[in-house]
Amino acid sequence: MTVPMRLGFLPLADAAPLIVAEAMGFAREEGLALDLVAAPSWASLRELLAQGGVSAAQMLAPVPVALSLGLAGPARFEVLSVLNLNGNTVGVSTALADRMRGQGYGFAFDDARAAGLALLAAAASRLRIGVPFAFSMHLELLRYWLEALGRPLPAALEIVTVPPPLMPDALAAGEVDAFCVGEPRGSVAVDRGAGELLLPTSAIWAAAPEKVLAARAGWAEEEPDLAGRLIRAVWRAGRWLEQAANLSVASELLAAPGRLGVAPEVIERSLSGRLVISPDGQERHVPGFLRFHDGAAGFPWRSQAAWIGHRLAVRHGLDPVAAQRVAAGVFRSDLHRMHLAPAGADLPAASARAEGLLSGPTPVTSSRGRLILPADRFFDARVFDPALPAC
Amino acid sequence: MSARIIMPRRLSIIVVEKDRDRALTIVDGLREVGEMDVLVIGDDIGLARRIAERNPDLVLIDAGNPSRDAIEELTLASAPMQRPVAMFVDESDGALTRAAIEAGVSAYVVAGLTASRIKPVLDAAIARFHMMQKMRMELAETRRALEERKMIDRAKGIVMRAKGIGEDEAYALLRRAAMDQGRRLAEVAQALVTAAELLK
Repeated sequence: MTVPMRLGFLPLADAAPLIVAEAMGFAREEGLALDLVAAPSWASLRELLAQGGVSAAQMLAPVPVALSLGLAGPARFEVLSVLNLNGNTVGVSTALADRMRGQGYGFAFDDARAAGLALLAAAASRLRIGVPFAFSMHLELLRYWLEALGRPLPAALEIVTVPPPLMPDALAAGEVDAFCVGEPRGSVAVDRGAGELLLPTSAIWAAAPEKVLAARAGWAEEEPDLAGRLIRAVWRAGRWLEQAANLSVASELLAAPGRLGVAPEVIERSLSGRLVISPDGQERHVPGFLRFHDGAAGFPWRSQAAWIGHRLAVRHGLDPVAAQRVAAGVFRSDLHRMHLAPAGADLPAASARAEGLLSGPTPVTSSRGRLILPADRFFDARVFDPALPAC
Repeated sequence: MSARIIMPRRLSIIVVEKDRDRALTIVDGLREVGEMDVLVIGDDIGLARRIAERNPDLVLIDAGNPSRDAIEELTLASAPMQRPVAMFVDESDGALTRAAIEAGVSAYVVAGLTASRIKPVLDAAIARFHMMQKMRMELAETRRALEERKMIDRAKGIVMRAKGIGEDEAYALLRRAAMDQGRRLAEVAQALVTAAELLK
């Protein structure tokens, strides 16, 4: 019997697993009739999920963690899957881009350290950077990057929230000098001549969790059957999305009105990792720009949550070790594992790891023997070894 | 015990709304509740900064406004606002929160404001948002009715010319066609007008 289920999303390229699960029949195969609800903002999507308006939703990975630490409101969410790794871009206003070029920067697009130093040199005393939300990987990765450069930061460094659709106007008005946003928003800013792309966030952390599939805490255990069907449908959609042959169909599906409402060729840039970085059409190819599936990309590592919890705790004055433990409990690798077993997914044997350890594809022990994990380095080669009890 | 009475100072409220008429409707509703300082700002790009400068007790914003996310950073203690702000959903009155969400209004409230001071303001805002929703629906309905009227008149004209008959007869003919086909009169009229344009 087919069961109706409402899911919430924001019109971004990384809503793809939800859109594809519905459009390509992966949900129907699991007996789910998905109804996708587009939300106008992360704050409203959080309320929609908290109040039961949707069963599950696409969510910024730090939101469920911030909620568990009491930083972002009274709701409590759990992460059932990671929807994607990476997929954001850092960009600068055309004025700042010109200054950087004038100082000899070549916009190589793969060296976060060189790009960061060039940015600081050109920005001088003032740097305002726009991000989509106060609890986002955009903000966490920006802060990590700028701090790890080891140089004095501009006295007037501010990271402010600007709703991505307003970002081109904010750049033009000088309200922000730079931005970090999810695709296709960076590409849209370039096409509108408002800015140039400086880096993919994968150059800061090669395997950063970006959006997650979140549900109200407790829902997945009260409704194990529904949760299982959803996790499997989304996992199969991710597998379909990672196949190069499906790229143009995926771009068309995402482009549809009521989904992203952006031209398919713009969406295809993020799915293929071939980004146009400047209004004059320069292109850069970024392998792994946006990952949905390979190397257990959908697996909610408890150590990913611990990293986010640690970063939030340090900034908001909480105990980092306690925050890591609370955060790790929010990423339900146990439920993910249990529900994907019937689908034959190959999942890692461990649920936590040292983040940033792998500088290239590395085999690890998995449920079916051996699984290749992709590189997950931070640009400064630091390793985050979470303080978690054995799990 | 001293008998000092602390007069609560006037509430300072910011209403985020680009549409002037809708903003005025909300402001009128708030004025009916009592004396308060109300400032209206559009959801422009410097929104969070302008709210922080004003440091209001309460921010009211349309739940469908993407700029809601910009206000979120003001709810953090580390934000430039002198006093931390809590989201309305932090308050214990679940029914009021739900009513606000259903009406499409989001409120951000400074921590420490008593529920008794927030409730009448929120009630007024909710009532106004409901009123605006109703007005918008009525306006859409009126517009649709007008369009249909025009379409039926055009179809009637086409039938009158084609068959050389009077207005009443043409109208009766259209209505009978609609009844026979089990469709609305406006739909039949629309089909006829479209077809006539193709044959021009």
